Amino acid sequence: MQFGYVSPEQFYKDKADYARKGIARGRSVIVMQYEHGILFVAENLSRSLHKISEIYDRIAFAAAGRYPELESLRIAGVRLADLRGYSFDRADVNGRALANTYAQTLDAIFTTQPKPYEVEIAVAEVGDTAADDQIYRLTYEGSVVDEHGYAVMGGAADLVSRYLSESYREGMSFEDATRLAVDALARDNASGEVRQLTTDALEVAVLDRNRKRRKFKRIPQPNLRELLGNGQAPSASGADASRESAAPSPDAPNEEPPAS
Amino acid sequence: MDLSTSTGLPAAFMRPGTSSFTDFLASYAPELLPGRRTPPSNVVGTEIPHGTTIVAVTYPGGVVMAGDRRATMGNIIAQRDIEKVFQADEYSVVGIAGTAGLAVEVVRLFQLELEHYEKVEGTVLSLEGKANRLSHMIRGNLALAMQGLAAVPLFAGYDHAEQDGRIFSYDITGGRYEEHSFYAVGSGSLFARGAQKKLYRPDLTADEAVVVCMQALYDAADDDSATGGPDLQRRIYPVVAVVDGDGYRRLENDAVGQVVERVVTGRDERPDGPNAPLE
Repeated sequence: MQFGYVSPEQFYKDKADYARKGIARGRSVIVMQYEHGILFVAENLSRSLHKISEIYDRIAFAAAGRYPELESLRIAGVRLADLRGYSFDRADVNGRALANTYAQTLDAIFTTQPKPYEVEIAVAEVGDTAADDQIYRLTYEGSVVDEHGYAVMGGAADLVSRYLSESYREGMSFEDATRLAVDALARDNASGEVRQLTTDALEVAVLDRNRKRRKFKRIPQPNLRELLGNGQAPSASGADASRESAAPSPDAPNEEPPAS
Repeated sequence: MDLSTSTGLPAAFMRPGTSSFTDFLASYAPELLPGRRTPPSNVVGTEIPHGTTIVAVTYPGGVVMAGDRRATMGNIIAQRDIEKVFQADEYSVVGIAGTAGLAVEVVRLFQLELEHYEKVEGTVLSLEGKANRLSHMIRGNLALAMQGLAAVPLFAGYDHAEQDGRIFSYDITGGRYEEHSFYAVGSGSLFARGAQKKLYRPDLTADEAVVVCMQALYDAADDDSATGGPDLQRRIYPVVAVVDGDGYRRLENDAVGQVVERVVTGRDERPDGPNAPLE
């Protein structure tokens, strides 16, 4: 052998380190249960390259990591869901099956291909009640974690999770949940310093169980600005009552085409 | 085709390139495309269910489409409450006449095609783009159509660029034609179009456009045995959809019932319907 012997442990450890480093370069994404469903908040400077998107009626996808890889996984998910729904019925498409397929795919890529995918993804499915909501977090090597309450992906996920674990509670309103998530994302920083996030750098969407067939909805920028105030994300403690009452709700009539 | 979840995604799913579900299906599971079936060797007659008349009328800022509820197999009424007008997406509607089984499948695939594009691309197709996709799908059915299994759609929607409703008709080869003001397809369409021609005016309101559609369907049912008239006893009325700047909405059965009752009452006076001025 040209390069000498490399133990399997070392071989996979190198791959894992490589994948982790790639993921660490990206900003975090939060998937979190709230009063009416599941909330997705990502730090994303691009308006068109999404980190959060719709997969099917009740299912959405969120990811952190290398864009072309997560994009190909996302499209594959949409294809799989649409194909299953077309072959069987819309009711037969579920998040668990999709998460399983993603897990198998990521595992196969990690073990057989020279370069592992530098991605961390979440598949979330909104149920009829909060107890039926499902959030699956998948890592670059294909392990699946069935999360309850919230899931965080990305480089500084542990810092963000730690903050969330202190302040998260079940059944938060959309407004409170969004503020908390933005506040948590502001802690995505190795130095421990709390950053100021502007709404322009945020991508927010919900799976709202009260919507009709397609539960996914992006929250438009103007609504976000109104909610978070002045384009500056306030700290959670700074969210005053007057702002809360004026905050737009995702249940408001949909003034734009869905998923645009 | 393997839809089990115990293995990873087949390579076809990860392949970049197309945002069309039909194109993906053609490469991965072509047997699922309606047009890929082996056509029967003999021309199929009227022994399979056929759907009949669909009408559409534009008005300033929108379009109305309506379809009767009858499916026939030769001289038999196969179904008296079939639905032939469907929401295609948020801003468009598709009605389809012809072989019922094929029509329903084409519509299902078309709805999915539009939704799939929307999800993959993150943006909505233009109205022309949607009309062209439908054309592509009808073209795939040509071999079946030549053996008597034809499904001919009527497509209408709200065009954001022109801020107006538009109608597109098709032939079995996938030919796509924009129709102005009004159009009808299916076996009763000749009679329906005659009625539309006499009743249409450019300044119709949405409600008036609904009345024009009901009158046209009544006339179609009057002279074409395959088109069902309003069934007042069973309260089975035509399916009526309106598309405007606010999107698609289907009228409630009761709302349609009220219009139908007015039209039917009017026919007590004049069985041939409203009188158009001579000059």
